[in-house]
Amino acid sequence: MSSKDQILKSVRNQLVPSADLPSLDQDWIQYDDAVAHFGDVLQAVGGTAIAVEGIDGLTEELAKIPAYTAAKKTVSCIDGLVGTVDLDRVEDPHELEDIDYAVLPGEFAVAENAAVWVTDTKLRHRVIAFIPQHICLVIHCPDGNVEKAVVHNMAEAYQRLTWSRNEFGCFISGPSKTADIEQSLVIGAHGARSLHVFFVI
Amino acid sequence: MSAIKSYDHPTNADQFNKDQARTHWHDSSLWFIREKRDRMSKSLPEWETLRTCASQIKAHTVSKLADYLEEFEKNATARGATVHWAKDAEEHNRIVLEILQKHQTKRIVKSKSMLTEECHLNPWLEKHGIEVVDTDLGERIVQLRNEPPSHIVMPAIHLKKEDVSNTFHEHLQTEQGNYDPNYLTESARQHLRQKFCQADAGITGVNFAIAETGGFVVCTNEGNADLGVSLPKVHIACMGIEKLIPKVDHLSIFLRLLARSATGQPITTYSSHFHGPIEGGELHIVLVDNGRSKLMNSDDYRNSLKCIRCGACMNTCPVYRRSGGHSYAATVPGPIGSILNPLRDAKHHKTLPFACTLCGSCSDVCPVKINLHEQLLTLRTEVKNQKQLPISKTLPMQIASFVFQRPKLFAWLGGVGKFFLRTMPRFLIYNAMNPWGRNREMPEAPPESFRKQYAQRVKKKSDK
Repeated sequence: MSSKDQILKSVRNQLVPSADLPSLDQDWIQYDDAVAHFGDVLQAVGGTAIAVEGIDGLTEELAKIPAYTAAKKTVSCIDGLVGTVDLDRVEDPHELEDIDYAVLPGEFAVAENAAVWVTDTKLRHRVIAFIPQHICLVIHCPDGNVEKAVVHNMAEAYQRLTWSRNEFGCFISGPSKTADIEQSLVIGAHGARSLHVFFVI
Repeated sequence: MSAIKSYDHPTNADQFNKDQARTHWHDSSLWFIREKRDRMSKSLPEWETLRTCASQIKAHTVSKLADYLEEFEKNATARGATVHWAKDAEEHNRIVLEILQKHQTKRIVKSKSMLTEECHLNPWLEKHGIEVVDTDLGERIVQLRNEPPSHIVMPAIHLKKEDVSNTFHEHLQTEQGNYDPNYLTESARQHLRQKFCQADAGITGVNFAIAETGGFVVCTNEGNADLGVSLPKVHIACMGIEKLIPKVDHLSIFLRLLARSATGQPITTYSSHFHGPIEGGELHIVLVDNGRSKLMNSDDYRNSLKCIRCGACMNTCPVYRRSGGHSYAATVPGPIGSILNPLRDAKHHKTLPFACTLCGSCSDVCPVKINLHEQLLTLRTEVKNQKQLPISKTLPMQIASFVFQRPKLFAWLGGVGKFFLRTMPRFLIYNAMNPWGRNREMPEAPPESFRKQYAQRVKKKSDK
């Protein structure tokens, strides 16, 4: 008998009382100002949230970020903003090792934990979300309305997601960090050393 | 401090307690995290609802685990992953090695997986000439020191920055005497970047696997899992069969609980959802039983399969905080480890259910409501019934039982006890025969027994 059959048989042979699934339709937390709460939590986990008007506003704000202006190699996956390296022309993701700054699309934000949903739909190499020294996530707000880009809690977040494609998706909340050395929080473990979230209205 | 060899918890804890200052420091470090967890749990009015839901989802999954495992395999396969089944640690290691050898892998990067630790994968792969690099910073630190992790979420919680600095100086040629965590983390970042870029394959654990979609989620703060598996073509994900949940929407419950319970964060920095391999790559998922299915049958212990490995029970446990993770001599230490390990290997881990004050704090903080302290109490009975208890524990209990059944004898012995406590020289009271007095003072003998005081009180009342 294969190990699969053995494991399944072993699992099926146990006397386990049946148990019902709970309803996920409950009164989950709502914030008076979800956008402001998102900003506060993001700040607490080491990131910054900024609302900008259009691509021009985005360019303007990026120019204020020293890590961006000092960057030699940049990647942009946002229409209207050009980076120095074209992600689609990179064959081997290892070539992205020395990217200094990446501007990437985020789909929406979650107020309760400052997470932004990022997928590889428009990213040829998903490592671009993790390997640059610094990143920013750009969220286009429907109808120019920031509220529509921010859900209150994770239950609402999952209601927005679909799983038909073999898509890689990640909730990113702040820059990479660690507290493994005597509980001292250090920003910039392996991934991005800084994270800006831009809401484009 | 090297790895402790003995399985005997009291002996190991004694060793840890030799350095009193360090014991206090360890205790307060963990309590600090416990307090962060408390603040986070109070930031959500629905905290208790979340715990109840999580517990119910896990109970349901275990009740239909075989169906969900099959559903998961079907959906994961449809997304291009290859699913393997391993009944024990040995088979798990063999499967992983076969995949790596097929790709002529020389170097791999691994992100924290307690399951691979449980299966002793690293020494097995190293024996076969493969370089294994743990990429979680804490895990890398203990790996360089040739130690096991002492905590499942914070593997190097037992080490001070001086220890880390010395380790890095020796292995990564960092500046001697530079104890700055920023400097040390930066050095590790540079060192591990090389390893990420050189790796031929990446191995990760799995926090949650979803039957409905055939995908799985890995949570890290450092992003090491993501870097490790999005550069090379081969990703191997190793998971215990209890990691399954039925639907993707259920993640909303578990992701809200996990980081808050573990480190007091609102969520981990990265919560990655993997569905199928990267373009042109391979994704292998190894489903491991290794004794888990045996736990399902027992009404007493089934609940321990709900564990999501957040470590909250360790951070709050007064015994863990004062005895250190290594004293448990097991991959999973603390309260949950004191249940899982003896159930797998009763002979070696028989002292663990006794490494507990039955205070119940672990059960109170558990995000999936595992009745940890009750299970520990049940396990003690089992250890006793298996006649595994040393005579130093059974004989005094037998004597106590004999005395308690005889009120007059009890009263008389009480008087004798008080007399001895008052009059005997110290060395006759505090010696090897009295383990209680080893680290604390015996209570002062009261001037009169309770029995006598009570009798006088009753007499006074009737006299009135």
